[in-house]
Order: sequence, then structure tokens, then C-alpha cells
Amino acid sequence: MANGVLVIFDQNAGDIRHVVLEMLTVARSLGKGPVTALTFGTDAAKTLPKLAEYGADRAVFWESYTQYSSDGFSAAIAQSFPQFDADVILFPANAWGKDLSARLSEVLGAGLATDCLHLEAEASGRVKAIRPVYAGKALAEVVINTPVQMFSLRPNINAAEVHHVNPEVLDIAPSVDPATFQAVVVERKEAQTGTIELTEADIIVSGGRGMKAPENFQLLDALAAALGAAVGSSRPVADEGWVPHSYHIGQTGKVVSPTVYFAIGISGAIQHLAGISGSKYIVAVNNDPEAPIFKVANYGIVGDLFEVVPRLTEEIKALKAQQ
Amino acid sequence: MKILVTVKQVPDTATKIQIRADGQGIHEEGIKWVINPYDEFAIEEALRIKEKHGGEVVVLALGPSRVEEAVRQSLAMGADRAVIVTTEGSVEPATAAHALAAICQQEGFDLIITGKQAVDDDSAQVGPMIAAGLGLPQVTVVIHLEVDEASKRLRAERELEGASEIVELPYPAVVTAQRGLNEPRYPTLPNIMKAKKKEVRRVTLESLSLPAQPWVTVNRLFEPPTRPEPTILSGDPAETAKELVRLLHNQAKVL
Ligand SMILES: Cc1cc2nc3c(=O)[nH]c(=O)nc-3n(C[C@H](O)[C@H](O)[C@H](O)COP(=O)(O)OP(=O)(O)OC[C@H]3O[C@@H](n4cnc5c(N)ncnc54)[C@H](O)[C@@H]3O)c2cc1C
Repeated sequence: MANGVLVIFDQNAGDIRHVVLEMLTVARSLGKGPVTALTFGTDAAKTLPKLAEYGADRAVFWESYTQYSSDGFSAAIAQSFPQFDADVILFPANAWGKDLSARLSEVLGAGLATDCLHLEAEASGRVKAIRPVYAGKALAEVVINTPVQMFSLRPNINAAEVHHVNPEVLDIAPSVDPATFQAVVVERKEAQTGTIELTEADIIVSGGRGMKAPENFQLLDALAAALGAAVGSSRPVADEGWVPHSYHIGQTGKVVSPTVYFAIGISGAIQHLAGISGSKYIVAVNNDPEAPIFKVANYGIVGDLFEVVPRLTEEIKALKAQQ
Repeated sequence: MKILVTVKQVPDTATKIQIRADGQGIHEEGIKWVINPYDEFAIEEALRIKEKHGGEVVVLALGPSRVEEAVRQSLAMGADRAVIVTTEGSVEPATAAHALAAICQQEGFDLIITGKQAVDDDSAQVGPMIAAGLGLPQVTVVIHLEVDEASKRLRAERELEGASEIVELPYPAVVTAQRGLNEPRYPTLPNIMKAKKKEVRRVTLESLSLPAQPWVTVNRLFEPPTRPEPTILSGDPAETAKELVRLLHNQAKVL
């Protein structure tokens, strides 16, 4: 009986997201059969060294599928599925993975748990998952009842551990013809290059209405540069157009799980907290000692951000200069 | 164009969630129920397409009797009529998708629009599952949508992490709506009055004879770990900044 783990992910010019390494580590931790990595498109095979470093026993590259298609890719995976020897499938819980995993779930008739924080194998070999619900205001322990169990994994929660192997590259070729794909990606628009993606960032510096004006975000850019951090925001400042919409963090924006989250001039509304509850450390700077953000913060400074932030930046630069 | 929009009723995002002692759900007393925020973008987009191309907008909902309120609000925004699949129990994503897909099939459609996810169980599964179940193409997390009636094709921009992509597809299809797609309208008073008289058809979940076994079971809900007591500094900005960096470096060891 199939008992391996199939790890399915996207790649871009041979680069893979950190969450893929986390998925490979989680896949191995389940102690099941072989871990098979599957990816698509031109340069898919360039991911091999990383897959070898993080413990993929086998790899499958579908390089002729150059344009992403949710219907096309799910049909191809379903057709080849018996050859993967897997009864667990892992996806990244990003826009790509959520799109494809939910469709594949229906095509395979396999239950899916979205955006899991933690997976654990039970004695039976079945997998138990922990996932957030109500935007992280509660956690749910879930199990899948169908023979094939599917999970998507939230980035930045699980560790990625090096485990060198020599992956066997399998020649599994589905007959699904790209000419039959219906929904097809025809163009990709990158946001500003050189910025760190919030959902994968280790440190985030985030500003709220307390920043008072768009030009004041320069203060946060400077702090972020000193820290090597990404910049985010509360919703109102993104709505006002002070920062791009992609900065918006919270229940209706991005859900982030950095090691350190700096909330600068952010009150800590429940919808904002929903997006940051996975942060290991929350640091707040706010001139209102009663601001709700202080109830969830690990560290806080009560003070005027316009006086505190530039000094923080200086102190961090000084520390980095010593290191 | 006949457009179907799925609408879920969820707790208002400001709700403090209280888990029942047995872990089998949340306390519903005192919760303010609203239309799932992403479904509002879906309704708005459907109305705009109808305004441009003509046709009909039908709202599909699933849940206990309280969901009628969300359905009436959708009708007050301008949808023409509604179908509610009634059930008292909680329903996992696959069952919801299968039930809604069955209604879609009964109704017939050119386009199905759903929210990108419901903000209660955050599964983001129902839209793609309806699409796959009905053999339709899909595009999810859409922030811009163009409909070309002549070629019966859609061109959609969908949001990715740090990027976006353009997807082209034929319709009938399923589209899931993301914030940014549009600015949902507020119901006007005359439309709220009209909505009271619009047709709402009810179908019981049992009558759809779906398989009884759920695909996913929630064993229990539990509280997220509480955060430790905070260290709050106040006073001279230079001193507090220095002390914070020291704590992050020496105590938390994250710098
Ligand atoms: C359906 C719905 C969904 C929502 N989703 C989100 C979401 O996803 N994300 C989100 O962020 N919000 C969301 N909101 C909005 C949320 O309710 C709050 O309104 C918002 O988070 C407040 O943003 P803020 O903290 O920047 O502003 P405010 O609440 O105005 O807080 C500003 C803070 O800055 C402090 N401040 C002011 N001046 C200074 C200074 N000189 N120095 C230091 N501190 C200063 C103030 O003390 C205050 O605490 C949502 C709301 C609804 C209804």
C-alpha cells in the first residue's frame, strides 16, 4: 500500500521558497515512506541540489508544464498519482498552493486541511494536524478521513533541517497535454524587487495610523534596513494609500509569523492581532500606555514613535557594527 | 449572464471567540453575524457584471435559519433572488462544496463567484472544489476581472505573495474574490425594502443525498498559547531605545 509523502510546490527560475524546505523536513518527520518532491516548469530540475540537501528521497520534474494551470496541473497529478506511492500530500499554504490543493482535493476525493501549523503522525500512520481557525483566535486539531490525506503548510512556522540524500529522479510523465489546459497564467507581474515577502520575513517592521503621514514611513524603512526586515502596515494606512496594499497585515490581509514583529503606532485592534499572533516576539512602540497592543507584546516602549524610532535605528546599527 | 454568488454568514471579525468547554465548537450567544467580508466583493462584482452585460444574480447560501439575514442583505445590495441549503449542524468544506455544486447544477449559470475564503474556518476550499466538481476552470484570489462576452472568456488578475499574475480562461468558470477587486456598495433603504419581497428558495441538505462521511473531522478546538507577561519600558526615548535593543539582543537573543 502506498505510504509515502508527496511534496508539491512551485519554483521560479530554479529558486524555491523557504517553506518548501520546511515541508520536506515535516514530510520526513512523519516517519512514513519515501518523500517525493514534485515541481513544474522551466528550470524545475535546478531545484535538485536543494532537494538533496533537505532530504527528498525522490524528485519528479515536469518541465514541459511551463505555464501554471490549476485544472491542467491537477489533472496531471491525478493521472500520475498511483505512481507516486503516496498517501499524504503536502502543499505550501501560499496563493499557488491553496489554489491547486483545493482543486486537487476534489479531483482525488481526498480531504484537505488548509494552512496547517503542525503535523504529527499517529501510531496508525494517519496524520493529525493543528490549524488556526477564526483567524488564529482558536486552534483546531483535525484529522482527514479519506485514504489520501492532504495538508497545506503555513510558511515560517516549522524549522527546515538539512538532511543530505541523493534523490532518485523519477521519470513519471503524465499524458495530459498543455494544449488542453483551460485556465492558464499568461503573465506575471513582480512587485518591487529586492523587498522581502512579508509571509516569509524573519523580522517585520510595521506601521499604523500613528505614523501620521506617508512620508514618515521613511523612518520605518530606515529601521527595517538596519534590521534586514520587511515593512508592513495596519489596514487603514494601506486603505489610505500611504503604503501599497501588499503591506496590509491582519485578518483581511496577510497573516505573518516572523521571529520579531515591530508594531509602531498600531493600536492592536483584534483584526490586526489576528494577522500577527504567530509572531514569536511582538515589540510595540505606542504613546498610549492603554493601547491593546501592549497586552500581546513581549516588549514595549511607551513613547512618541517619532522620538523612539530614529534612536532604535541608531542603537541597532551600533549593535550590528559590533557584530 | 447568469451569475451565482455563494454567501457564508460568519461572526463579525471583531468577535472575541469563546470555545465551548467540550471543544466541539464556539459559544454563539452574543455573536454579531455578518456576510463573510470576501463574499461582499463577490456580490459586488456579480452586480457590476450584471449592470454591464444584463442577466441575473442569484445568491446561494448554506446554514441554519439565521443565515437568512445575510441572504436578505445580499438581496438588498441588489441580487435578484436566493437559494438557501438549510442545515443545523456545522458543515465541513467538502460537504459545503458538494451541496453548493448541486444547487449550481440545478440552477444553471454562466459564472460562479465566491469569496477567496470564509473568515471563520479559513479553509479557502469551497470555490476550487465547486469548480473541480463541476469540471469548470477556476481563478482564485482575484483583484481584477474582465469579461469578454463575445469570446466567452475571462481575463483575471490574481494576487500572489509579492507578485500578481494574469490568468485567461473560458467561462462558465469559478472566480474567487479578494479584497481590492472592488468597493462593495451599501444597500439603500428602498433596496432593503425590496429585498424583503425577493424570492428565497429553501432546500434541505438531506434532500441532496450527499455522502454522509465527512472528509475532514475537527477533533477539538482549543485556545492558542497565551503570550508571556510583557516588559514595558517608559521614560527617556534614548534610554528606552537602548534598553530595548539590549533586551532583544541579550534576553530574547533575536538580534
Ligand atoms: C471587517 C474588518 C476587517 C478588518 N481587517 C483588518 C486587518 O486585516 N488589519 C488591520 O490592521 N485592521 C483591520 N481592520 C481595522 C481595525 O479594526 C482597526 O481599525 C485598525 O487595525 C487600526 O489601525 P491602526 O492601529 O493603524 O490605527 P489606530 O487604531 O488609529 O491606532 C493608531 C495608534 O497609534 C498610536 N499613536 C499615535 N500617535 C503616536 C505617536 N506619535 N507615537 C506613538 N504612537 C502613536 C495611538 O496611540 C494608536 O494606538 C478591520 C476592520 C474591519 C471592520
